Amino acid sequence: MASEQDLRTDSFPAGIAGAGLGSVTRQIAADEPPPLPPNSELAAIGKSFPRPNGRAKVTGAARFTVDIALPGMLHARVLRSPLPHAAVRAVDFTAAARHPGVRAVLPIATPDDRANATLRYVGAPVAAVAAVSLAAARQAAQLIRVEYQKLPFVVEMNKARAADAPVVHDETTAPPGHPSGFPAAAGLPLDGNVRGPAIVKRGDVAEAFAASDLVVEDEFSTQVQTHCCMEPHAIVADWREDGLTVYMSTQFTVGVRHELADMFGLPLNRVRVVVDAMGGGFGSKSSLGNYGRFAVELSRRAKAPVKLFLDREEEQMDAGNRPATWQRLRIGAKHDGELTAISLVSYGTAGVAVGAGVGNIAESMYACPNFTGAQHDVFINAGPGCAMRAPGNAPGAFGLEQTIDILAEELDIDPLALRDRIDPSPVRREERRIGAELIGWHRRHKPGADAGPIKRGIGVAQSLWGANVQINASCEVRVLRDGSVEVLSSVQDIGTGIATVLAQTVAEVLGLRPQDITVRIGDTDFPPGPPSYGSRTTASITPPARTAAWRVLQQLFRDAALNLNAGIDQLVARDGKIAVRDDVNRGMSFKQAAALLRTDRISAVASRSDDYAGFRRRMGDAALAQQDLGGVQFAEVAVDTETGIVRVERIVAVQDCGRPMNPRQIESQVQGGVLMGLSYALYEDRILDPETGRMVNPNLEQYRLAGPRETPQIDVVVLENYQGQSATDAYGIAEPANIATAPAVANAVYNAIDVRIRSLPMTPAAILAALGKVPARS
Amino acid sequence: MLNPTAALLAASGPDNTGLPSVGPDAIAMTLQINGVTRTVHGEPRMTLAEALRGPLGLTGTKIACNRGACSACTVWLDGMPVCSCMILAIDGGDRRVTTIEGLAQGDMLHPVQQAFIDHDALQCGFCTPGMVMSCAALLEHNAAPNADDVRTAISGHICRCGTYPHIVTATLEAAKQRKA
Repeated sequence: MASEQDLRTDSFPAGIAGAGLGSVTRQIAADEPPPLPPNSELAAIGKSFPRPNGRAKVTGAARFTVDIALPGMLHARVLRSPLPHAAVRAVDFTAAARHPGVRAVLPIATPDDRANATLRYVGAPVAAVAAVSLAAARQAAQLIRVEYQKLPFVVEMNKARAADAPVVHDETTAPPGHPSGFPAAAGLPLDGNVRGPAIVKRGDVAEAFAASDLVVEDEFSTQVQTHCCMEPHAIVADWREDGLTVYMSTQFTVGVRHELADMFGLPLNRVRVVVDAMGGGFGSKSSLGNYGRFAVELSRRAKAPVKLFLDREEEQMDAGNRPATWQRLRIGAKHDGELTAISLVSYGTAGVAVGAGVGNIAESMYACPNFTGAQHDVFINAGPGCAMRAPGNAPGAFGLEQTIDILAEELDIDPLALRDRIDPSPVRREERRIGAELIGWHRRHKPGADAGPIKRGIGVAQSLWGANVQINASCEVRVLRDGSVEVLSSVQDIGTGIATVLAQTVAEVLGLRPQDITVRIGDTDFPPGPPSYGSRTTASITPPARTAAWRVLQQLFRDAALNLNAGIDQLVARDGKIAVRDDVNRGMSFKQAAALLRTDRISAVASRSDDYAGFRRRMGDAALAQQDLGGVQFAEVAVDTETGIVRVERIVAVQDCGRPMNPRQIESQVQGGVLMGLSYALYEDRILDPETGRMVNPNLEQYRLAGPRETPQIDVVVLENYQGQSATDAYGIAEPANIATAPAVANAVYNAIDVRIRSLPMTPAAILAALGKVPARS
Repeated sequence: MLNPTAALLAASGPDNTGLPSVGPDAIAMTLQINGVTRTVHGEPRMTLAEALRGPLGLTGTKIACNRGACSACTVWLDGMPVCSCMILAIDGGDRRVTTIEGLAQGDMLHPVQQAFIDHDALQCGFCTPGMVMSCAALLEHNAAPNADDVRTAISGHICRCGTYPHIVTATLEAAKQRKA
């Protein structure tokens, strides 16, 4: 801990720009960089600079993992279970091993090892082969003879909850849960296929419901959504005597390195993980994955590099998914809208995995003294779910935000006015005000008021997400004697644009242009960077980048100060020059200053400091900032009551992420979050055949995604919300932008047709059934 | 030596098409790629996308669904955008194949490429080469497209990052730049 002498007091911008920007005083470590002024006073940060890797991406030069070819590289293929539940009785590799070009085989499901002998979903890996070509590997995999013993299975959550349902896991095979689950804490009881509940309680719900003026209660369900990364999950593993190098399409180079070191008994300094261009993850590329392990094992056995990537069918079956959920919400209130109690019960299924809750949004978004939540995981014989863009809170908001609208209608209060009353966040209050004006909330009519067959409606919903920070995040900034600059970290750019933001951050400090900074990232040979999940990348890596740049600049100033006959603290770096603050004529170019260096290169490494006002809590390498992230989204829809087709005509998304670093990239992120939410609301659905357990739409055409034709006008507004919390005061945006869209669309659909849709996706069949025009499908 | 059945097939061609019967072993195929005549060795079942990414080393063309559902693999065949995963390399023949690597004139980017950078019409970048090829093809055939024309041009493409709005903006801007 810093002693008193190591601290200093400084004043930081605080509040929302344009709506009462003030300042806050913080006591911070003396070696933190000076406070960063608001964006309006900056040259590089807060401006929409283009991506440094843009040219490579539009010319085809960008190198993705699937593009890598190493000398002598083999190709691997995984044989997968055709059955949803089976015990492997025998595996015969004879014919496969003899197939021309095969260099290694890998048993995965092994009959003699009970823990490994059971396959629990269609697509579960059985064995793998590596061969000189992908065609040879495919053919060889088909030659592996497997004897399966069929076991009873269940792929529907409701049936899996029954006492006599086939059992997917026992205590020894059930996944242990993880502390950061959604929620899936370790140590919860298992009863049949039901694990949990995970319980959260505050106050006395029973008493509060009894004392409420009004109680509303409703049930909601959401489907399984798959990630559909355009670049498949891919790895090239290169096992050598002197160490393991892995090229992987990953959201977390450092995490994969740790997994590999643990799994293969290697010291960290013998494991290197590299990712250059990365074709999307959305949560599904957060860890090594089973395929990653297979590729490394095969490389070790074959003594050659091995490339393994999933095809689209494998992607849909065994690369993770957003779990299906069911929730029942009860909300009690006073006549004036004040909330008295909320109770939540949920059941969700992540297939054979855990983590199918509906998040903390019902617990945390609104002021309510009494709350109980009981969330359950249900195991079914389906591929494992995993984190997907705002896990938990995306399905959670679909229930909560509709129930709040139901309550508003019962109380005869406008949905925005009710939220103004019960939402303690001043940030979301401002977001509601801005969004309401943009969408034209005053035009919103009574539900179902349009006369013709096409009925329009407007709806609103809010989002809540934790402001996550990775403490284990470092960055190096180097200045070379020719005046060139490098920024290095193992952090990976998965498409969010962190490379651009790093260049801007360092350029701002050094008084250079972002294009003058070379960004070298995505390699564990560089200082360890944060993961690109949990919307934490910008929050975690930009403060150490600015700090490292500031410290290296002080080194540069030392030689320049002597030369300029000035004190170090009189110097400023601006417009490509090092100059004396109050005497613009006394200065030199950045290049000239660099030429004065005694050595070819100077460098500074900085790590993520704690937030200036401290964290709400710490969990290992991660921490949760004091403030939340969020946003408010408005949807305008047109529902054709004859065909059941819902058309989203416009979305207004008003979001906050602390200090916005690059407005255009943030706009891209928000548009992406909105489209993924819209697609979730209306189209996407993993459909399993209850007779065979197989996914019937394991592709990109019958698994329907919103495309350009379904893309509405999307108006993005991002607040500049300063809090004086770090060297950059910047936080994340990707997940909060994804949470409110589906409930906003659902609330708009209700406003259009006067019928509430409680289940996703809102397909034409579902709309017609809700309107009573066709029978409901189970 | 051909067996009698194979000989008969070879004479009349598969399904009496009169075309020569080839395969399953690798054969030599000559293709016109980005203005250069290239010969590749591969099995006749090899798709154009596989030939580009494999023996030709042109990995800018991406495969994401491998069945014509996402258009990530879009290249031009005689100037028209096609899914290269749905075409056999052997059917390329004398037709001019243009890939993402062949779109720029030296260091001078195609206006669509530049506009994609300027308007942040890409995120992860995996669908980008295909998107660029379709939007550039649109401008080759329609100098003054409107937003709906752009949406039609990319309506078979999938972008999971959700770049469609910026792609429309970028392509319209590229058309404007080109006229000016």
